[in-house]
Amino acid sequence: MRPLSPHLQIYRPQITSVLSILHRITGFALSVGLLLLAGLIISAAFGEQSFDLVRGQMGTWYGYILLMGWSWAFYYHLCNGIRHLFWDMGKGFELSTVTTSGWAVVLASLTMTAVTWVYVIQRSSIVRELLSNANVQ
Amino acid sequence: MPMSSSPRDLGSAKSGSHHWLAQRVSALALIVLSLWLVANLLGLIFTPFGNYVYWLKNPINAVGLILFFAASFYHSALGLQTIIEDYIHRACIRWAVLLMVQGLTLLLAVGSIFSVIFVALK
Repeated sequence: MRPLSPHLQIYRPQITSVLSILHRITGFALSVGLLLLAGLIISAAFGEQSFDLVRGQMGTWYGYILLMGWSWAFYYHLCNGIRHLFWDMGKGFELSTVTTSGWAVVLASLTMTAVTWVYVIQRSSIVRELLSNANVQ
Repeated sequence: MPMSSSPRDLGSAKSGSHHWLAQRVSALALIVLSLWLVANLLGLIFTPFGNYVYWLKNPINAVGLILFFAASFYHSALGLQTIIEDYIHRACIRWAVLLMVQGLTLLLAVGSIFSVIFVALK
C-alpha cells in the first residue's frame, strides 16, 4: 500500500487540485466508456443485427449526451496526461507554469471537443437534410 | 544493510516502480493509438455495418485496433487499481474488488481482441 494524503474536502479548490481530481474522474469515466466500446466491437462479431442494436443506442438523446461527455473526458485526459508526462521528465514544475499549462489543457480539451462535434454534426445526413429544408423555406 | 539491495526494493511502499513505469509506457502508446482510432471512427460514423467490416479487413486497421484494446485495457486496469487502493480501506474488500475489476478487464480485453480477429478474418 502506498501512503495516503489527507482528503480533498480539507483543501480550498484551486486550478491545480481541481484539474488533478478531474484526471482521476475522467480516467474512471473513460474506463466505463472503454467497456462500451468493447461491447460495440464484440457485438460486431455476432453480426449486423446486434451491431446495429448497440450502435442504435448511440443515436438516442442519452447516447449523444454520454458520447459528448466521453469525448471531452478523452481530450481532457489526453491533454492532461501529456502534462503529467512532462512533469515526469522534471519539466514545468514552476508554480506559474503549472497554472498556465493547466488552463491550456482546459482550453485545448474544450476546443478539440467542439471541433469534433462540429464535424460529427456536419457529417450527420439527418441534420444536413434538416438544414437544407430550413434554407428552402 | 546489505550492499546488494537495489534502491528499487526499498521505500515505504515496497513495490510500485513497475506499476508507475507501465502506466507511463501505455500512456505514450495510447497518445498515438487513441488519436488514430478517433480519427478513423469519425470517418466511419453514420456509415453502414459493411463499412466497419471493410475497415476491419484491412490488416493495418485490425492490428491497430488490437494494439489499442491491449494498451487501453492495461492502462485502465492500472488506473482503476490506484483508485481502488486509495478509497477501499478494508483489506479483504479491497482485494475482492481488485480481483473482480481485473478479471472483468481481462475478460473484455480478450473478448474484444478476439472479436476484432473474428470479424477481420470472417
